[in-house]
Parts: sequence; C-alpha cells; structure tokens
Amino acid sequence: MADAPLALLAELTHRCPLRCPYCSNPMELARASSELTTAEWARVFREAAALGCLQLHLSGGEPTVRRDIVEIVAAARAAGLYSNLITAGVLLDAGLMARLVEAGLDHVQLSVQDADEAGAERIGGMKGAQAKKRAAAALVRQSGLPLTLNAVVHRQNLHNLSELIAIALEWGAQRLEVAHVQYYGWALANRDALLPTRAQLDAATGIVDAARLANRGRLVIDYVVPDYYAARPKACMGGWGRRFLAVSPMGEVLPCHAAKSVTGMVFPNIRDTSLEAAWTGSDAFNAFRGMAWMPAPCQGCAHAERDWGGCRCQAFALTGDAAATDPACALSPHHAMLAAAVAEAGEARFRYREFS
Amino acid sequence: MIPRFAPGVRLHEDKARARWIVMAPERMFIPDDIALEVLRLVDGIRDEAAIVALLAAKFDAPVEEIGADVGAMLEDLIAKGALAHG
Repeated sequence: MADAPLALLAELTHRCPLRCPYCSNPMELARASSELTTAEWARVFREAAALGCLQLHLSGGEPTVRRDIVEIVAAARAAGLYSNLITAGVLLDAGLMARLVEAGLDHVQLSVQDADEAGAERIGGMKGAQAKKRAAAALVRQSGLPLTLNAVVHRQNLHNLSELIAIALEWGAQRLEVAHVQYYGWALANRDALLPTRAQLDAATGIVDAARLANRGRLVIDYVVPDYYAARPKACMGGWGRRFLAVSPMGEVLPCHAAKSVTGMVFPNIRDTSLEAAWTGSDAFNAFRGMAWMPAPCQGCAHAERDWGGCRCQAFALTGDAAATDPACALSPHHAMLAAAVAEAGEARFRYREFS
Repeated sequence: MIPRFAPGVRLHEDKARARWIVMAPERMFIPDDIALEVLRLVDGIRDEAAIVALLAAKFDAPVEEIGADVGAMLEDLIAKGALAHG
C-alpha cells in the first residue's frame, strides 16, 4: 500500500512569456485548448487534500496566464491546501496581487534568470523581464506574503551567483533557491550550453556556504546540486510515487513533472479516473515503487532505500531504460557517460523552448 | 509580548494522518503536544500572559510553572521561524 502523498504540483498551463532553455516542461507543449478547466482543477485539489496532500505548487508554464488563476487559488484554499505560486512575475500587477491574497494564496516563488539584466533577458528570451520581476517582488513584499526567489544556475550565469544572492536580499526574499539545472527535456537538449565546469561548481558551493553563514536569520538558502559530478544519485522526488505527484495541464497524473519524458509509459488522466485510483492503483505509479524492480547494482545496495536507485527520468534519458540504475551513481555501468558529457560541454548558443 | 504567526505560516489539521502540522513556505513541521497547545492560542491578539493564564486554568497548574514552559516554547518557535514577535 502506497503512503499518502505530501505535495501536489499543478502545472496549470504550458503557456509562458519566457522561453528559458532549461524549461522543465516536456518538449511537446500542451495547447491552451487542451488545458483543464477551473472546475476540473478544483476537483483535483479536493481529491488531493482527501488523499493527504498538504502543499500545492501552482506552476506552469506561467500560472498567471490563466485568466482563472484567482479562482484556482480560491479553490486550493477551499480544499485546505497550502498554496505556493511559482511564477516568472512578469504578468503580476497590484490588482492581481491583491486578488490573489484575498483568495488565500500563502506564498510566492519568483524566478530570476540572472543578476545581470542583459544576461537575464537573453537566458529567459524576453526583453524587459528583469524590471517587471523587480516590481513583482516589491508587490509580493508589500502584500505581506513570504517571498522565495528561485535562481536556476548553470554555465552561463554562475559567474554572477554572488550578485544573485545580493538581489535576493535587495528584493526582500526570505528564501533563495539556488538550483543547478537538472538535465531532462529542454535542458538535456541544451546540455552543452548549460553544464558547468567542475571549477564553477566548486566556486558556487563555496559562495553558497559563505552566504548562508553571513545571512543567518535573514535569508535561508536552499541549494540543489547537479549530479553530473556526483558519485551517488539524488533520491529523486524522495522516490517514485512515494511523496509527490504532479498533474499536467491536460490532466495527466505524473510521479514527477519530467515523467512524460519516459516515452512509452502510459499515465492515468484525471478526466478518466480519480486521483486516488491514479496514485494507488495505476501501473505507472506502481512501476518503480519498492525495490523489486531494481537492477543489479541497486538490489541489496545499502543505499537502495536512501536514493531509490536515483532518478528514473535521467536513467531513461541517458540509457534508454527507465529501470536502469541512474548513471549519476558510481556503481552504474553507464557512469562514464556523465564525465563524457562534461568533457563535451562548452556551447554558447541556446535552443529556446517553443511550441512545436 | 504578543506572539503571532510569521508570514506564510499557519497551523493546519492534517486529517489524513490525524495530526496537526505547522505549514510554512515549502516546508512543514510537526509540533509536539505542548507546542500545539501554545500554537492553538496564538491569534495575534492574546499576549504571552493571557496564553499562560488560559493554559494554567486548563491544566490546573501554577502560573509560574506554565509561564516558564510557555516562555521557552515561544522562544523555540520564534527560532524555528514559525512565530514572530508582535
């Protein structure tokens, strides 16, 4: 029997004014016409709360492109979920901010692509974005809601990490996520342009450690490390189908937002089934639960119940087999692929995300 | 001192797991029984003395004893970022 999930990621839409080359959305983006309705999302939230979810991440694409974003937040609050708006901030104005607070929004996570304005707008692929983000941060702060800044870091902005931390303080964030790019989908297509050097990674880790100490009690910094330089894989999502589920814009129920990259897997849709049936009874969620599915290096490994064999999507992306040991593990027969990828990196140009 | 919840923090009943939980931005923690008694009385209006008086009455215990416990508990919850000084 599966434990109850703790958090739901609701990907309300794939539409977004930004075109970040490491976007976590699938390569095949959903059109507006296929998106779930307000009532369908409200049903998902009620079922998620009944199933045991406590936190809800409202994401996208850009969630505020939905005209019903205020009703969606209100539905989350009515279901009793703690709501977190994950936004690029470029569409936020004072009127919308006030209505979101009134609807019961609990927290805002604002993305920032770089500290340098020209760099940020090149990476995000949107002119004028940085000034709008700065204004959005001010609106959140004035509203009294807590603010987290999310900085995805990589080869082309890591030289500005200290300035990104300074921006988090200047913009009034209480939390900062410094998240190294994870390589699936769009990010994998741009890996040569994004993968940092070992020296960049070591410098970044040193900067984060020092900033945590210097800003204790003022700014909490969460640090997501890249696994291309690791000897052990990350316990992705705390294990497949253990703590977390995601629902895509068109209603697919996923063990993680990248799971659609595992081609050939069939995921349940909330238009055909309940969230509970998807979580407890679907083949997709049960495929990599427990340890029976694990391949040789994982079977009997002391780390098996700590890292759960690593990330299924990364295993699939790199080896073509979602049931393989994550190549990030030094015990994987494919571990050398990561060092080879690092050696090849160094491309400057991006392939921006776009609707196909 | 009038304790209040820090921005983005609230007490939430986790019905699926039959417990109360302190919800905060992208994290959560489970209060012990004593912390929960204190947190249930935090409304941004009651001061520390009023909270102590209510708990002393509820548990039929001396105000001095309860006062020391509540004081330590509030300090701990402030250090964890769950509460803020009013």
